[in-house]
Amino acid sequence: MSDKLILKGGRVIDPSQNIDDTRDVLLVDGRVAELSSSLATHEDAQLVDCSGLVVTPGLIDVHVHLREPGGEHKETIATGAAAAAAGGFTSICAMPNTDPPIEDPAGVGFVVAEGKKAGKARVYPIGCISVGREGKRLALVGEMVEAGAVAITDDGSPVMDSGLMRLALEYAQSFGIPVADHPEDLTLSAKGHMNDGVMSSRLGLAGKPNASEDIHIVRDLMLAELTGGHIHLQHCSTRLGVEMIRQAKARGVRVTAEASPHHLVLTEEAVEGYRTEAKMNPPLRTQEDVDAVRAGLADGTLDTIATDHAPHHYDEKEAAFADAPNGIVGLETALGIILTHVVKEGLIDLATMVDRMSCQPARAFNLPGGTLAEGSPADVTVFDAEKSWTVDPSRFLSKSRNTPFTGWSLTGQPCLTIVDGRVVWSV
Amino acid sequence: MTNTVSPLGKDLIGLEKLTADQILQILDTAEPFKEISERRIKKVPVLRGKTIVNLFFEASTRTRVSFEFAEKRLSADTVNISTSGSSLVKGETLVDTARNLEAMRIDMVVMRHGASGAARFLAERIPSTVINAGDGWHEHPTQGLLDLLTIRDHMGHLEGLKVCIVGDILHSRVARSNIYGLRTLGAEVAVCGPRTLLPSMVEELGCQFFSRIEDAIQWADVLNVLRLQLERMQSGYVPSLREYNRIWGVSSKKLEAAPRDLLILHPGPMNRGVEIDSDVADGSHSVILNQVTNGVAVRMAVLYLLAGGQLEKAEAAKRGVES
Repeated sequence: MSDKLILKGGRVIDPSQNIDDTRDVLLVDGRVAELSSSLATHEDAQLVDCSGLVVTPGLIDVHVHLREPGGEHKETIATGAAAAAAGGFTSICAMPNTDPPIEDPAGVGFVVAEGKKAGKARVYPIGCISVGREGKRLALVGEMVEAGAVAITDDGSPVMDSGLMRLALEYAQSFGIPVADHPEDLTLSAKGHMNDGVMSSRLGLAGKPNASEDIHIVRDLMLAELTGGHIHLQHCSTRLGVEMIRQAKARGVRVTAEASPHHLVLTEEAVEGYRTEAKMNPPLRTQEDVDAVRAGLADGTLDTIATDHAPHHYDEKEAAFADAPNGIVGLETALGIILTHVVKEGLIDLATMVDRMSCQPARAFNLPGGTLAEGSPADVTVFDAEKSWTVDPSRFLSKSRNTPFTGWSLTGQPCLTIVDGRVVWSV
Repeated sequence: MTNTVSPLGKDLIGLEKLTADQILQILDTAEPFKEISERRIKKVPVLRGKTIVNLFFEASTRTRVSFEFAEKRLSADTVNISTSGSSLVKGETLVDTARNLEAMRIDMVVMRHGASGAARFLAERIPSTVINAGDGWHEHPTQGLLDLLTIRDHMGHLEGLKVCIVGDILHSRVARSNIYGLRTLGAEVAVCGPRTLLPSMVEELGCQFFSRIEDAIQWADVLNVLRLQLERMQSGYVPSLREYNRIWGVSSKKLEAAPRDLLILHPGPMNRGVEIDSDVADGSHSVILNQVTNGVAVRMAVLYLLAGGQLEKAEAAKRGVES
């Protein structure tokens, strides 16, 4: 007997097919079988009443840190994939800055296997650009792709050698994968702990100027233009950076780019009092930058929302600001933050949100999903756009609690996460 | 002493958040305490029975000794802990160190730490009073206070005075405490030094900026000359100490052009011949040693007020009359 699930009476929003309508969704054997406003009765199907809820192609986060291997006290692939499912994500891409880093097919295979074992959100590995993330010579890109890597990046240790970045952008084209870069010129920012500006001047903390990010964004765009390769720019946070990407896209450069929820809603003011939960890289910047990131998201310059989910143990963040590591968790707050502070504030509509959180990430990283077209994988997110809730980190499925959003009242919460036709999480 | 609530709150982390009234209370309380250090028997029972830990994660002689004298002259029981030879180097976290001290029932911690925000971090996590003896590049409030007191002693007032801080502002906790304290009390503040050693948004802190020391000398009533750390040259912020001295060093020759007599402060330790020449440091307008003397009085005042003392009772307290 086949495995059937019907999501009945929800508001189906699927930008890939220009659908925003009340529909029933029939999932059969891990595939979307039918999308209909008058679905025939299937007595053998499990029925889920979705009236009053929003049904979308499964959300995809192309930028998460799962910390395994080597940082299991912060997160594991299993806990990260569970946190993703609880946040409404059906697919996540794992960054390779683990210990040891994911730099060969064995490492990639490990992430794939652990992801399958977890059986929650799909876990796609991203491999290193360079051996040991040292920025000196290319890692085994081809073999990693064969083993399941969907992109390469040295995230966290930006490739400072422009010549190597050029090689990566050329070589990656043989495998049709993007090169994802954390754009940061370390010679300008390595000592910094927060945005370089008024707050850093006041607090006496070393700053990372916008220019440290802008310079590498411009460099990467030029190298993508030179090579014809696909550059994916991670967590864009600066006004000028967004503008440079906008101009490059107009010239036809193959670039995709991320906006992170925290860069859409928080400024450097959140660091006041040396709050380590507001310490991340790139840092929170000024209102002018936030406005530009928001405008970039709205006009599609930044086509992808990605959390940069970066779990850290309580003890690690419980330190003086300069001694605390960068990063915040994001998987379990992203949808609520975006619905409340981006969609409800009128910056983008629901369909655009789904586009930025599902369709575009799938397209940028050539992932299955991002659509509810018949025959596509049965990865579906169901959420209640009106449900109010308060962020309580003690309820996170992630192993870590490092969020600046503790106590925030949000409107909009995931209800049901379906991967491969299976319910992997429900409220 | 009665357990009244301190007019300064639980801790002294910085001058930025203090009101003019609070700062003046400290300065005014320091006045009667000055005399204690001039006595043959330099001791009053104001803090008798209080336990104070001087917790120094960075090397310091002047500040630590000054605090220790202040504590001892007020009859507190003190313990000094510095990074060498303690569990601080054994990987224990700052919080754990503090909680262990707390468990021994201490009343106050005086802390010097290399990380900006460390004092506030500690203060939010332990019930004892925390006094910031310098946190990273952030603040060094008792240095700021002793500078204010010294300027007031010699100029008679602070309001409307023009004070220029000269040198490495970027890495200086002394500069930030001076800027906040002076501005709150109505002084005009400027900074002068190479652009490489200024915070990126120094003007947002309410300071004028002079590139050249000659312009600062024309403008100012007071120069507070900061130490140029040798490592700043090694990290390339300035190309050479000789060049720094030529361009930003305070010399009597440069001071000759001043339209009025300038008061010269330096928080120490000095690099003679780098940021300040000896004839200036030892000259008639230098109040550098007065700063050191005032440091003890100001720290006594801070300790006294944080322990619940009151300005009005300071005179009686110093005579040894328990309130």
